[in-house]
Amino acid sequence: MISLGIEGTAHTLGIAIVEKINEKCKILSNESRMYKPAKGGIHPREAANHHAMHLPSLLHESIKKAGVEIKEIDLIGFSIGPGLGPCLRTVATAARTIAIKYKKPIMGVNHCIAHLEIGKALTGSHDPVLLYASGGNTQVISLLEKKYRIFGETLDIGIGNCLDKFGRAIGIPFPAGPHIEKLARKGRKYIPLPYSVKGMDVSFSGILTAALSLIKNESIEDMAYSLQETCFSMLAEVTERAMAHLEKEEVLLGGGVASNMRLQEIMKKMAMERGAKFFVPSRQYLVDNGAMIAWTAILMHEAGYRMSLGDTKVRQNFRTDEVEVKWS
Amino acid sequence: MELIKRGAEAKIYRAKWMGKEVVIKRRVRKGYRIKELDEEIRRRRTKEEAFLMAETRRAGVSVPIIYYIDTVKMEIVMEYIGGKRIKDFIDDENEETQKKICRMIGESVAKMHSHGIIHGDLTTSNMILADKLYFIDFGLGMKSFENEARGVDMHLLMEAFNAAHRNEKLFKWVFEAYGENFDEADEVKRKIDEIIKRGRYMRRVS
Ligand SMILES: Nc1ncnc2c1ncn2[C@@H]1O[C@H](COP(=O)(O)OP(=O)(O)O)[C@@H](O)[C@H]1O
Ligand SMILES: [Mg+2]
Repeated sequence: MISLGIEGTAHTLGIAIVEKINEKCKILSNESRMYKPAKGGIHPREAANHHAMHLPSLLHESIKKAGVEIKEIDLIGFSIGPGLGPCLRTVATAARTIAIKYKKPIMGVNHCIAHLEIGKALTGSHDPVLLYASGGNTQVISLLEKKYRIFGETLDIGIGNCLDKFGRAIGIPFPAGPHIEKLARKGRKYIPLPYSVKGMDVSFSGILTAALSLIKNESIEDMAYSLQETCFSMLAEVTERAMAHLEKEEVLLGGGVASNMRLQEIMKKMAMERGAKFFVPSRQYLVDNGAMIAWTAILMHEAGYRMSLGDTKVRQNFRTDEVEVKWS
Repeated sequence: MELIKRGAEAKIYRAKWMGKEVVIKRRVRKGYRIKELDEEIRRRRTKEEAFLMAETRRAGVSVPIIYYIDTVKMEIVMEYIGGKRIKDFIDDENEETQKKICRMIGESVAKMHSHGIIHGDLTTSNMILADKLYFIDFGLGMKSFENEARGVDMHLLMEAFNAAHRNEKLFKWVFEAYGENFDEADEVKRKIDEIIKRGRYMRRVS
């Protein structure tokens, strides 16, 4: 089965063509364009305009790169939520248009579940606890009783937002994560910051405020280092708690922040200390991507899910545990 | 020293200490955290847990006596409570006894909450019945007078009863006694309902 997937819940527009062959995930193409705000944070309308503008050419590129013809595609998947309303609506409209025009079945996919499924497919993880760490999302997700449930999450801002806001304050352009990672490597001194874990939840806004108030007195390298160590240790701790609680022995990373090598190192160490396995897909499948949507759409379709156009209304606050996982 | 439990954060041992039967709760080093951070966190939590146990005693609720706090080994040495965990026997009791125990639980939690103590992990495996009803495991606890925090605490207890125990009247009795002993119980009840509606999976309780 061959599926076309369109992702567009936030900054990134991604379009991919994926084939399921011999039970394996084969990615035929995975193209993307990222909206970068001129200044400040993301403007949902501008991001949606960006997606609308790039959709036709990106679609063309993705199909060309995959070397397939439209008629060979069996299914149209799109990110139905959670995400920014205007972005979701733009992508949904495109998906509906393609589905109608070429008479293909359509499938709205939960963005967070898609991160988890592509990670499993590409790394060989079977029953992981996922740490999903991106700009707006920071969640610990795992399968329990046929649903992907959220065991822990941020109580305020996402880890990526925290890093970006810190970056903006010290004059680093968006997205600040990779720059902060480089600075942090040169940091030597740990400057204490509030460590905020509540049960299996975390919060970052207090740490951010403290870090911002200290920038003047400390080197930015030490600050970046301390910020990373504090935030990432918190993420490892709540992930470990979920693993212990669920008695699961695999940890999987997803989300753009998970491409940070220090976060990977911390999570790997945590897994090793518990005798658990650590999995992380390559960077292009950590960040938002079309392949994860295309792949999850196939899993859902094969498990018997069907959607009519009437079912494709976007769901800004779509929760992972609203979907029954019939395919796992 | 005999290891009785290995949690995500701490190891629990049973041991003899200065001639006494004790339980040692040791927070283990996490190699993924840098040393400065790791030691600070473990030291703070060890102190906080001991502090919360002391506060709970002051509120009139039984907890194991703390014999010793070691902030280098990150250990709490406490009295061994030779009793039975509520979780392990309450289902086998007759209704009259069940009701008595549940009322004790409700009354104790009311005392904690009215003194600003949030236990943080109110399950029937963290309550031991010996000569009195004892509460253990304050590792996730905190000080708070917010009804939201109290609601989260009680919601977990409700889930614990509903998931692990057969008689659905148990939590009703707990809450009855809680209400009779705590003025803000109605407000807490509203918070519990809100939390249920929010629908986020909180903890699987076993
Ligand atoms: N003071 C104590 N007296 C007797 N048994 C205890 C005591 N403290 C802990 N235990 C036993 O050890 C188990 C685990 O301890 P606990 O403090 O609840 O740690 P965890 O965080 O792993 O749940 C408890 O369920 C109980 O059976
Ligand atoms: Mg316990």
